[in-house]
Amino acid sequence: MATESWLTKFPEMERADLVAIRKGLDESYRAFSRTYGDAIESVFNPLLKFLVWFENLLLASPWWLVIAVVVALVYGASRSWKLSLGVIGSFMLIGYFGMWENTMRTMSIITVCTLLSIFMGIPIGIAMARSDKTRAVVTPILDIMQTMPAFVYLIPVVMLLGIGKVPGVIAVVIYAIPPVIRLTNLGIRLVDKEVLEAATAFGANSSQRLWGVQLPLAMPTIMAGINQTIMMALAMVVIASMIGVKGLGQPVLKSITNQYFTMGLFNGLAIVALAIIFDRVSQAYAKRTQRHLGGTQNG
Amino acid sequence: MDEPIIKIEGLYKIFGTNPESVMAMVMDGASKDEILSKTGHAVGLSNINLSIKRGEIFVIMGLSGSGKSTLIRHFNRLIDPTEGKILVDDVDVMGLGQKELEQFRRHRMSMVFQHFGLMPHRTVIENVAYGLMVQGVNKTTRHEKATTWLDAVGLGGYEDQYPSQLSGGQQQRVGLARALCTDADILLMDEAFSALDPLIRSEMQDQLIELQDKLRKTIIFITHDLDEALRLGDKIAILKDGKLSQVGKPEEILLNPADDYVEAFVRDVNRARVLTADVVMKPPVLRLTKENLDDALEQMRGKKHDYGYVFEEDEYRGIITREIIENEIDSPGPNANLCELAEDMATVQPDTSLEEILPTTLGQPYPVPVVGEDGEFHGVVSRKSMISILSDNNGTSDKA
Repeated sequence: MATESWLTKFPEMERADLVAIRKGLDESYRAFSRTYGDAIESVFNPLLKFLVWFENLLLASPWWLVIAVVVALVYGASRSWKLSLGVIGSFMLIGYFGMWENTMRTMSIITVCTLLSIFMGIPIGIAMARSDKTRAVVTPILDIMQTMPAFVYLIPVVMLLGIGKVPGVIAVVIYAIPPVIRLTNLGIRLVDKEVLEAATAFGANSSQRLWGVQLPLAMPTIMAGINQTIMMALAMVVIASMIGVKGLGQPVLKSITNQYFTMGLFNGLAIVALAIIFDRVSQAYAKRTQRHLGGTQNG
Repeated sequence: MDEPIIKIEGLYKIFGTNPESVMAMVMDGASKDEILSKTGHAVGLSNINLSIKRGEIFVIMGLSGSGKSTLIRHFNRLIDPTEGKILVDDVDVMGLGQKELEQFRRHRMSMVFQHFGLMPHRTVIENVAYGLMVQGVNKTTRHEKATTWLDAVGLGGYEDQYPSQLSGGQQQRVGLARALCTDADILLMDEAFSALDPLIRSEMQDQLIELQDKLRKTIIFITHDLDEALRLGDKIAILKDGKLSQVGKPEEILLNPADDYVEAFVRDVNRARVLTADVVMKPPVLRLTKENLDDALEQMRGKKHDYGYVFEEDEYRGIITREIIENEIDSPGPNANLCELAEDMATVQPDTSLEEILPTTLGQPYPVPVVGEDGEFHGVVSRKSMISILSDNNGTSDKA
């Protein structure tokens, strides 16, 4: 007995207490999800409907039409023929190697996740830039979102909503939204103080300052955030496939469990191709629209 | 015209976490350093009282850290004071609500910034029209007006460029046009020309003076450059460590520096370039108003002077020496009257700089009369007074 002192052994919590805590939390969360699960699911119903509709749209459209629309978007954003030809080439290869449907599924979920991240992230970033208190609250939450292993927050999401598209989207958005929030905040805070002062001195009110000065000047930084968000969303594709999100992630998952190296490689390369397309197009768009900002801004 | 348009009374600005808590210390006259070390609060401005007249260029001068940029930001409340009153046309600016303050900024004051503060994502014309856009003026009207002001500052044809495509001097012209475009009667200029190279700077100063002759705005101009202050200012306030050292006309600052700090400032100023004839002139010793030569001679003898300035019914006619009068009396025939004998002599105008009148003054045997454009006699500038004012470098004045 004398050897068991707090000096030699860490003063741990009683095992029974720990179990009680775990049990208590799990039970109450389970109870919560049983009671409110359906209600919460119905909140996400419109999102699910939109996801299914968008995926079906991409799948049902003839391949040449999809390529034509994508290339039109790419050219409209970047005004570069080289990039547009590259996009045509990669899509042809992807289709030729039999990955068309999965690519369409991944593209649809990535597009939705990115749009969601942008529409939620930019307002949060603006709120953060406007008040130091908000920033003090949001920053640690973002830190958690970015470092907490995705599997950990997948557990409660799956408990609440089951497996499927919506939990997948939630998981991807949690992982991908921090960059756009952080960089929106940063971009607005970095806006030249004198320019903002000038707007104030001429009597601009706070929404005139936001829409007329802060957002346009923060755009290069916000665009960098959006770019990062897209990249991170694509990186989540494989993890999302573990909770039933169909797309390029599922074959990769299958190749891991069955050691199909080539299949994994092909699908991985398709993800890379999508990533490069999204990245180049968003960057080219940012560069083209912010040319006149000269050397004063990064971007 | 003499009614002050802006009055600032007992203005204090303290930076820190709890400014009010140190007000008592500031009021007791504790020094800036003492307050900083004891409380961690920085005194930005301390007991500023100013009264600025309509239509004058009021220059606030100080070195970096003197609080001049803080002070100018109080006029339109880009910075709120810790204590004090700001009155513009008897409107208490401190009492304005957010909406009223926005209206006040839109219509009463506009501002020009040191680093121009132009919006890089807007074209030149959009920048100039910015103030009007904020007011909600429609696009055609505001662009029309902006074009007029762009022409006025000499930048016609640059409408569709972006600020980054212009040189520094051109960018500041855009800044100036933007400030003028709202028709606000008060113009705040925060080191507006300090970021420009010297040649462009003096060009801009000329342009400002030229525009001001036409527009007659009330301009508050911040600078760290005394030459600029003396050149532009109708009145100059010198700010040191957040306190006003002296407020006065340029020549008062130059000739009667209030303390060692101001004196150190004005020591290296080229007085000949800054001071004008009316500052050094004195009343003439001898004004001859009688027509009779004997009377004139009598006056000269009485003052022990051998020259005098001839006036006819208070109008200046010329100069006459004892020799001329004596010769005329000695010469046969009827004597001519004084006015006919008076000789023309080079004159100078009251607002000419000493540098320019120096050759005239030194080239004449007698003090040079100062005569205005309308022929009005102001006084005379003697070599002696000229030399004494230009060689007087320790700041003590001998202004008569």
